[in-house]
Amino acid sequence: MGLFILRRVGVMLLTSLCLTFVVFFLTNLHPNLEKLAKTQGNVRMTDEQVEVWLENRGYMRPVIVKYGEWLGVAPGWTRTTEDGTVTGRCVALAATPDEASTFCGVLQGWWGGSTVFKEPVLGIVGEKLALTGRLMLWVMLLMVPSALIVGVLAGMREGSPLDRTLSTVSITTTATPEYVSGVLFIAIFTSSAVGLKWFKGTAASAMDAPDFENFFLPVLTIALYGMGYIARMTRASMAEVMTAQYIRTARLKGVGFRAIVLKHALRNALIAPFTVIMLQFPWLLNGVVIVETLFNYKGFGWTLVQAAGNNDIELLLGVSVVSVFVVLVTQLISDIGYVYLNPRISVT
Amino acid sequence: MDPLTWTGSLGTVLNPVLFFLVPLFGVAVAARILLSLVTPETAVQSNPDGTLVATGGMQGGARMASNGLGLLLLVVLLAYLALGAVMGPQAGIIGAMSQQFVPVWIALAATYALSIRYKRRLGLYGKLFDSTIGMIGFGIVMFWVFTAFFAGVFDWIATQDSLSQMSGMKNKLPGEPLAQPEDGTYPWYLLGGDNLARDVFSRMVEGSLVVIAIAPLATLFAFMVGITLGLPAGYYGGRLDTLLSFLANLILAFPVILLFYLLVTPEIVLTGLPQYMAVVLFLFPLIFAGVLIHARYRTQPPRNALWLSVVLVPMAVIYLSAINEPESKVTFWPLDLFDIPSGILTVFVSVVFVNAPTVFRIVRGLVMDIKTRDYVAAAQTRGERPWYIMLWEILPNARGPLIVDFCLRIGYTTILLGTLGFFGLGLPPESPDWGTTINDGRRLLSIYLHPALPPALALLSLVLGLNLLADGLREESLRD
Repeated sequence: MGLFILRRVGVMLLTSLCLTFVVFFLTNLHPNLEKLAKTQGNVRMTDEQVEVWLENRGYMRPVIVKYGEWLGVAPGWTRTTEDGTVTGRCVALAATPDEASTFCGVLQGWWGGSTVFKEPVLGIVGEKLALTGRLMLWVMLLMVPSALIVGVLAGMREGSPLDRTLSTVSITTTATPEYVSGVLFIAIFTSSAVGLKWFKGTAASAMDAPDFENFFLPVLTIALYGMGYIARMTRASMAEVMTAQYIRTARLKGVGFRAIVLKHALRNALIAPFTVIMLQFPWLLNGVVIVETLFNYKGFGWTLVQAAGNNDIELLLGVSVVSVFVVLVTQLISDIGYVYLNPRISVT
Repeated sequence: MDPLTWTGSLGTVLNPVLFFLVPLFGVAVAARILLSLVTPETAVQSNPDGTLVATGGMQGGARMASNGLGLLLLVVLLAYLALGAVMGPQAGIIGAMSQQFVPVWIALAATYALSIRYKRRLGLYGKLFDSTIGMIGFGIVMFWVFTAFFAGVFDWIATQDSLSQMSGMKNKLPGEPLAQPEDGTYPWYLLGGDNLARDVFSRMVEGSLVVIAIAPLATLFAFMVGITLGLPAGYYGGRLDTLLSFLANLILAFPVILLFYLLVTPEIVLTGLPQYMAVVLFLFPLIFAGVLIHARYRTQPPRNALWLSVVLVPMAVIYLSAINEPESKVTFWPLDLFDIPSGILTVFVSVVFVNAPTVFRIVRGLVMDIKTRDYVAAAQTRGERPWYIMLWEILPNARGPLIVDFCLRIGYTTILLGTLGFFGLGLPPESPDWGTTINDGRRLLSIYLHPALPPALALLSLVLGLNLLADGLREESLRD
């Protein structure tokens, strides 16, 4: 088991390295740098001015060197201008140019600075993650129990009217992407055209003071899309368990239906959905980006869109490291958890 | 001219019936579910003379009530459409829309009549018509396919040009007559006007063309890539499998939206990256077809050469025309038959790129399962080559799950296309596709609902139809 986890962590590191390099490479392509120069400097810069701007800020060097600097395995660039002032990647961090360390990268704990927000990346990512974490927590609290209940109720009597109704509901929610359900909810519950006005159409105020009125719709929008999928998996798993031999045995010895479902079937039926729930995290991340944009909730997904839209290289790298980490860790947890839940499977 | 109401003169008769039936139907269904929880199940009782009688009781009554009311409701709803198709604008907005869709209704009716008549000879497709869910799903999907076809080829269904702006029609509500009607134009905006005074209904219809043209084809390409790489990965295993799986997992670890932002922005298009990706990804169907034929006719050289040339030469010409485009990075081929608009190509390539790793994983898993079967061992003992076994022994036996996933994946691709439009990536901003129109409409959502809702509901219905179709296919393919 220890070896398995060690190997997986190794693969995770390798994946993160490859992935950040891909992001680094794509964001450092010349047209992207040009766009960066024009948004940060001046929109009406000539081509030569753009080159000078990029040259002065150390962008015009080979990608692999810049990537090494970001990682902290290559010495940060320095540059002495004509009037004698020293600028450089690490110089900006220290009080005087002499005190600046040679290496300043991820390994030294410096994740770079955002060009859009003019703040250190680590601080932004931490702050935004806290906001999105709160959103995700409520999504999970709403999505997982309701999906499991719907799935178990539908799967315990396959083909019953209850099953058909619940299956129709869950298949509809899986067919409704967040930007459709979000638009529908905003239209029905917040607009003055319908007139219900139960909730607020924007969650901007929920960043400081979340309450039911401004926070429920974003949570519901993300939760619904994932819910249908988990519910269908739970239903399939439950329906399969209900046809197992030991359930028939329990019936034949006279156990009541309620006891069969709760005591014999439920625990075995919940093994498969566990994996599905863990693997839903990457999808939820997607939903978070859409919903935060739609409801103007300035969390992690919103930051991703801002960073990507403005070619904010170091912020985008920070964001992608975090999201890759989330994806891979949930995969690992789902694999390990599956082994613990199901003694018939082993990792080796 | 007066604005149209939703149901027009038809509404005076049918609306009260509908308002009476809907709550009644809801009550019947709720009663049925509640009764099934608290009362014992209905049993089938066999009589001494050999006949069967269902002992109804309360549950039986509730079932009959909900089924009967459901049928009545369906008849009323169909009456709106059928009478509307005959009466046109007299039957309000719904009638006018139904009349516009008349070619689609005829095509759907013909498809269903023919398919049900010959369903026993049509294999898996015919079996679809044994499952109600599959039939409903197929109906919804074909509705949009025919809509896209008639709107794209004959320019029929749409009432106005999807790009032209009419003065005085900005943000007008559904059913509004044109402010300055000219001869020969349709005199209403059926679903109202959007923020730029364009016809919402026509844009929704034209938008289906974008989705129906891209989504299935992109999914097909993703399957070609996934199958061509997944078969050897699953069959050989070892280092090849480790490498390919690592690459697939790498792509899957990207958040989809980040990948889109990295691949689809105008700056990246300038570097030619999407075109280079197209050069690689579009090659896979050629490889697949070539290997497929060669594996089959390897021992008959004349036939092999004939089939290879018949299939590969046209495909190569199409391939070279597709990747070449004047004034871009790839322009080496002189005989450029057609140009794909750069926005469409970029969107297409990135959607294929995002979908292919998942297909790869599914195919790999299926192959690893199937390669332990006896018929594979038999083929190996016969001395068949690995690629023959993969393509002609394993692949046909994996077709059930693959077809089901294909349907689901078209739905997922539709969602991805909508996501791209929603973030304003790839397609031009005036494009009528559903994602872009939803994005346009959401800005004024708190005041005007009508520009955002039709494309949202259209997208929802198409994806729902594809999911139902996949469910029906799964049910029927599990049956044999």
